Amino acid sequence: MDINLDFIYGHLPYWLFIILMLSGLFIVVSRGNLIKKIVGLNIFQTSVFMFYISIGKITGGTAPILLDKSYSNSDVAYSNPLPHVLILTAIVVGIATTSLGLALIIKIREEYDTVEEDDIQKMDEKDLMTYNKKNVLEFKS
Amino acid sequence: MALTLNHLFAVIMLSGAFSLVSAMLFVVMDAVDVAFTEAAVGAGVSTVLMLSTMALTVRIQKEKKKPIILPIVVICLVGILLIYGTLDMPNFGAFDSPAQLHLGSKYLDITYKDMGIPNVVTGILASYRGYDTLGETVVVLTAGLGVILLLSGLKGRKNKE
Repeated sequence: MDINLDFIYGHLPYWLFIILMLSGLFIVVSRGNLIKKIVGLNIFQTSVFMFYISIGKITGGTAPILLDKSYSNSDVAYSNPLPHVLILTAIVVGIATTSLGLALIIKIREEYDTVEEDDIQKMDEKDLMTYNKKNVLEFKS
Repeated sequence: MALTLNHLFAVIMLSGAFSLVSAMLFVVMDAVDVAFTEAAVGAGVSTVLMLSTMALTVRIQKEKKKPIILPIVVICLVGILLIYGTLDMPNFGAFDSPAQLHLGSKYLDITYKDMGIPNVVTGILASYRGYDTLGETVVVLTAGLGVILLLSGLKGRKNKE
């Protein structure tokens, strides 16, 4: 493998998608607000889709909708349709998981009255401590 | 922007705009069906869902300083690993990459003969991978059931209290 300008140009799209993916991951791990986490997850997801689609792309090719009835005697280059099919499925599954996550957020907000991760953790710790104290008191008496 | 903004409305709108721009990118990369779906589902439905969630919960994020050194270390490590993984890959848009050589051209060849529709992506999705698409609808059904089960208790509990 020799690193020249051609190699860098040919791999730059992949690296840009990876950087986009990492920014999504950064939002997910570093922000406490749960809705923001979902937004980060969406960015993460979309960049993975971009990466997949970029694998099927052919330079000078066109969308995989046949211009000519028989593919074998035409001299048109079509991009690979298989990644597209895969990603179509993935997008729909992605929106399903996103909606489930958002419903969970609504439930969490109802239960804890906040959607900030730190507050939820603090409340959980407090709950655990009072529960333990109660148990200890019951055990002593 | 999504990192520093505290107004969730702006964050969600930016995420919708991002989906639309990514749909344009899909068109550039010849994936028109994916671009349709992304524009409809990513920019449309998911933005509406997030906005309704925001309306039911909070509009403004609490300002908080969280330690960001560990996340930065983690994403740097992941990024280095992923970029190392791309070094073996063929160039972007190469016509002789392993992904192009086997199944793709075969499907391009047989889809019109078998189905009689010129859009190869639709042909594969609805017939060669019809069971897969059926499974996908099962996933959507399960997610919808989950959402209904999670949210159906909302009003009842409020009335009880």
